[in-house]
This record gives sequence, structure tokens and C-alpha cells, in this order.
Amino acid sequence: MNYRSNADLGGREGYGRVVPEPEGSSFHAPWEAQVLALAVSMGYTGAWNLDMSRSARETLPDYSTLSYYEIWYKGLVRLMAERGLVSDEELASGHALRPARPLTRVLKGADVAAVLAKGSPTVRPATAPALFTIGDRVRMVATAAPHHTRLPGYVRGKQGVVERLHGVHVFADANSQGLGEQPHWLYAVVFDGSELWGEKGYEGLRVSVDAWEPYLEQIK
Amino acid sequence: MDPHDLEHGDHSELAEIDLRVRALRSILEQKGYIDPSAIDAVIDTYQNKVGPRNGARVVAKAWVDPAFRNWLLRDATAAIASLGFHGRQGERMIALENTESLHNVVVCTLCSCYPWPVLGLPPVWYKSAPYRSRVVKDPRGVLREFGVTLPDSTQICVWDSTAEVRYLVIPRRPLDTDTLDEVQLSMLVSRDSMIGTALASKPDANP
Repeated sequence: MNYRSNADLGGREGYGRVVPEPEGSSFHAPWEAQVLALAVSMGYTGAWNLDMSRSARETLPDYSTLSYYEIWYKGLVRLMAERGLVSDEELASGHALRPARPLTRVLKGADVAAVLAKGSPTVRPATAPALFTIGDRVRMVATAAPHHTRLPGYVRGKQGVVERLHGVHVFADANSQGLGEQPHWLYAVVFDGSELWGEKGYEGLRVSVDAWEPYLEQIK
Repeated sequence: MDPHDLEHGDHSELAEIDLRVRALRSILEQKGYIDPSAIDAVIDTYQNKVGPRNGARVVAKAWVDPAFRNWLLRDATAAIASLGFHGRQGERMIALENTESLHNVVVCTLCSCYPWPVLGLPPVWYKSAPYRSRVVKDPRGVLREFGVTLPDSTQICVWDSTAEVRYLVIPRRPLDTDTLDEVQLSMLVSRDSMIGTALASKPDANP
């Protein structure tokens, strides 16, 4: 039950200045582009889903010391190793040493444009009416989830107002654990800066978070 | 990459990760898990085809075409798709219009969610701990590091992309741009202005 995300950074102190970067190159070294493309290709195989890959990355023990594409590389290796798709010996030798495992599908060059243009929509048909409506005051659940979640720590237990309904979406918490999609209504919930950070100095700040229905509690 | 880094011993680390990634690619190719032409095609897409000029076209059209602007604010996914931009990491889009009284800023505090079809891949700062940790708490301080100072009377709304909805900021149209056409206007729209960490450029600032 010990789940620790190293990626939940909202509101944390001590990270210093933001360093802007001119518009231009997508990658800063050729290996970064390779990692992105390998991760996209392997993600397409269906051996794991998007939420599992986020979970694999955010729980890397050395997350905070890695560059962005190092995180992607290590997350990818981890997902494949856990499924027996590659072994440590193979990674050390740089050669395939065991037979390939069967995959549901492989991304072909000729299909890339169509696959990327289609994406992977997470909207699903509603099977129940939404419990909340625009303007409702809600409180976010206060306890930390013992698994991958998309409720950031800085809004746990905080009160906000439902500002938008996004429809019904695949529930990241369930999908990341291999429990199926379990779609739920998704809302944009808006918080006042003073509710999140304290009474003084946060006037005129609002923060919106996209939150699935199980994250929301009614305020009586 | 910054040559300065190389002098400080990062060269070996860089070489090491480069070798590791090459090894991984070889293994996956040998096992038939990947098609090398697909790897090339994915890189080509995000290196050369998809980037913030797409989003700039959306913004410029919204500035000149009120019907498109209304459609964009009502159903951004469909309005943006009508210009040919859709797909991975932009499956469901929302457009946020900046006004005199409200300035919108987009972040993903949990990872790096970003609207790929209209902006391409995110810049390093967007994925970095300083931006992700601070912009939800001190957006004015972060904006100052981008050289942007907003009046105290302007509200700031920060949109944390915590699910599969992606946000595109529509910056305010600069004054004195009535004579510019859509293509000229799109050149005033920077990537950062569509994230909310910059304003659209003034026409004279853009040769």
C-alpha cells in the first residue's frame, strides 16, 4: 500500500527559477527523439496503457535527478522488463538473447500518420447522470491514494467550485492498476488561491484542476 | 546542447545514455517489436511537421473570424480539427480566451500534459520542476521570469492539466493590427503566448 509519486510537484518549494527557452528545436540530442519514438511505438502495442506508463515513470526512485527523456527511457525499460519483453542481460549486451513475446500489434511506418492523427480518445458514453453540476461547491477527498492518481496533493481536502463538465472519461486510477477503464464523469473544479495557499497575497488567483467524480465530495 | 555542459563532465553521461538508447532500439528491432520506419516517421512528425505554428493559425483565425472564435470557445476540439489539427495529446481540446480582466496560464503539475497537435512537444521549462511547482502558487513571479508583468487588477487562472483535456490559450490581439492579414497576425503569436507565459507580440516588435 506504499505508493509514492515523485512527480506531484504543485506548490512545492525550493526548485528555483524557471529558465525560458526559445521556440525551435523539439529535441536537445538525437537520443531524446529516439526515446520519444520508441515509447510511442511500444505504447501502441497495447502491452500497457497511458496511465500505467505515467505510474511507471512517477515512481522511479531517482525521478528527481533525471532529465525528462531519461525518465521516459527508464519508464519504458521498466514497463518492458516487468512484462518480460526485455531482460537485464539483453540491455547489458545490446542484443536480443531470448525469443520475442507475442504482441497484439506493432506500429508500422505506413500507419504512423493515421495513428497519431487519431490519438486515443478517453471519452466514453455516460451510463449515469453526473452527480454535480456547474456552480456546485465541492470538497476534494483528503486522503492520499495508495496507487497512481491524478488528484494533485495541493488540492486534497480543499474546497472549490465546479466550473465545467468534461463528459465521462476513462478513470486513470483504475486504468493504471489494470482494473479496467471504469469511466467516470470528469469536471473542471476551480479553487481560490486563498483556499489553497493562505488568506494573504493570493487575491486574484484561481487554479483549475480536472477531477474525476470519485475525487469530489458534496459539501452539505 | 550547451557546450558548457560538456566541459563539466556531462559528456560521458550523454554518451552513456546515447549508447543505452541505441542498445534498446537494437533489441526491440531484433525482436520485431518495432518497425524502424515507424520510429523515423514519429520523429519526423514532431521534429518537422507538428509545432506551435499550428496553434498560431488557430489563434489568428479566432482574431479575424468571430464565428470561428465562438465555435472555438464552444467546441475547441471540432473548431481546431476543422483546420486539420487533431489527434494524439489533443483528443479533447478547450480554448481559453485572455481578456483585459482575466489571464489564463496552462501547466501540468503531475507530468507534462500539453496539446501536441497545436503546439508540438513541450519545451524543457514546461516539463521542469520550477515551472510545475511554482506556477500554481506564484504565477506572477513565474511570469516575471518570462518578462511579463500584468496589472494587479487582472485575475489569473491557472489550468492544471490533470486529465486528458488539453488547453490552448488565446492571447489578446495586440492593438494597431487592423491592417494585418491572418498570416501576418499568426506571426505575432508565440508558443509561450499560447501557454500563457507570454503576450502576443506587438507588430513593430516583429520584423
